Amino acid sequence: MSPSNSPAISVRELRKGYPDKVLGTKWAVDGVTFEIAYGEIFAILGPNGAGKTTTVEILEGYRRRDSGEVKVLDMDPQALSSDELHWRNRIGIVLQSASDAGDLSVRETISHFAHYYTNPKSPEEVIDSVGLREKADAKIRTLSGGQRRRLDVALGIIGSPEILFLDEPTTGFDPEARRDFWELIRSLKALGTTIVLTTHYLDEAEALADRVAVIADGKIIEIATPSTLGKRNEAKARVAWLEDGSTQIIETEHPTQEVAKLAERFNGEVPELSVTRPSLEDIYLQMIGHS
Amino acid sequence: MKPSIIKVGLLRGRLEVLQFLRQRESVVFTLAFPVILLFIFGSVFKNTIAPGVSFSQYFVAGMIASGLVNTGFQQLAIFIPMERDMGTLKRLRGIPMSPISYFIGKAIVVLFAMIVQVALLIVIGRFFFGLHFPINTSLWLRFLLLLIVGSIASTILGIAFSSIPKSGRGASALVSPVVIVLQFISGVFFVFSDLPKWMQQFAALFPLKWLTQGMRSVFLPQSFAAKEPAHSWELGKMWLILLLWIIGGTIWAVRSFRWGDEK
Repeated sequence: MSPSNSPAISVRELRKGYPDKVLGTKWAVDGVTFEIAYGEIFAILGPNGAGKTTTVEILEGYRRRDSGEVKVLDMDPQALSSDELHWRNRIGIVLQSASDAGDLSVRETISHFAHYYTNPKSPEEVIDSVGLREKADAKIRTLSGGQRRRLDVALGIIGSPEILFLDEPTTGFDPEARRDFWELIRSLKALGTTIVLTTHYLDEAEALADRVAVIADGKIIEIATPSTLGKRNEAKARVAWLEDGSTQIIETEHPTQEVAKLAERFNGEVPELSVTRPSLEDIYLQMIGHS
Repeated sequence: MKPSIIKVGLLRGRLEVLQFLRQRESVVFTLAFPVILLFIFGSVFKNTIAPGVSFSQYFVAGMIASGLVNTGFQQLAIFIPMERDMGTLKRLRGIPMSPISYFIGKAIVVLFAMIVQVALLIVIGRFFFGLHFPINTSLWLRFLLLLIVGSIASTILGIAFSSIPKSGRGASALVSPVVIVLQFISGVFFVFSDLPKWMQQFAALFPLKWLTQGMRSVFLPQSFAAKEPAHSWELGKMWLILLLWIIGGTIWAVRSFRWGDEK
């Protein structure tokens, strides 16, 4: 379906600034470069105000950039002209917040939006896949925050997009709703959808993303897989156990050896043994702290 | 199959009408309020302003003209900024929909509300306030043409004005006074020829004055033309000024329409 030699999205030296009383220009996005392959889930992770939404809204064609190159599905989102509808037919957008159409039902809204696309999914299937079956006939204004968000996702995927943009999709979800949502995203990936996800939840990036870009103050600090971010996989492991009434801790590059030695010494079960590596959160806080 | 601009526009129109009917604010504000006003003014002022013409007849004609302003200008200039605030417009900008389809949808909901509004006012005017239906086919045709041209002007100016309110909340506080002031100076609440000359001249710059005059030419006896300030219905001038507002409004709307707080 897609040319494997060109990426789904490529961004080079992207910059976008806003007038600022003190600085003259505040660079919301300051020289960002990355590529996203077809079929990949790419997470953009960063604190509030880091430039995540600005970056994504430039990719979605909502905002104009000041400089740099952007290609989404081989097209420049700010120079589409007559190709615009064709291009928009191939992407799905889930915006950060919307509170519209409160007087329509879930089914009415999803069915209506199916009409905009040349190759829509079945509205009933989409209602099921976002878990709104029980709310299908409910007015949108009666939905909870999480349900409302799932409707937004439904509207983002109804057109069978090749690329789906999700801007902080699970804000306000309870833990169970988030797990369900992650399953939905994985099932979209299984169908070959490229997914761009901004989030400030680390566990979300870790659970979903093939690669994570950490962004702070408009700059990319690192792009890596969740397990290698911040050289997390090479970081020393911490082995802890209980001995002589207190917790003993050592940091080591060879935790297996240490555990084997302990097992030998204790001749069996080691009391309260644990082996941990720094969590993504530890790494992340370190990274944005340094920026 | 590629969805056509017209087809999507019609689908949007259906959705807009559905939303209109389900929004208590819009039904009350746009449809019921003028009817209530009609009952109050029509019941209080029963005096005769010319042989065979009561103030209530005069007032109903003016309210029908205002109906065009309520359902087009007022409705759109208030609801479009609200849609901008709620993210509706941003969402629509992100899907494969031509902006033209959006405006077709708006035109349909205006047309729908206008027909309901005008029908209500005419029926109530006829049965409670002695309104006479147009007496011949050519007056009916003029009435139809006034509804069409007036609605077009009102819709376009509503879309153009929607760029002025900074927020959805502020929209109604900004738009309603404009409409009410125009109603006072354009021959709706007061007999136009009783107003001071300078006020008449100011009102003549805006479309509502011409719409009320046109509606009077349809619903009042032809002899009443002599009571107008110009001693005639000034129909040629009326069409010209409405046309100028349509052209000017289109240019204004195209230049000013905003989908969001885009930078």
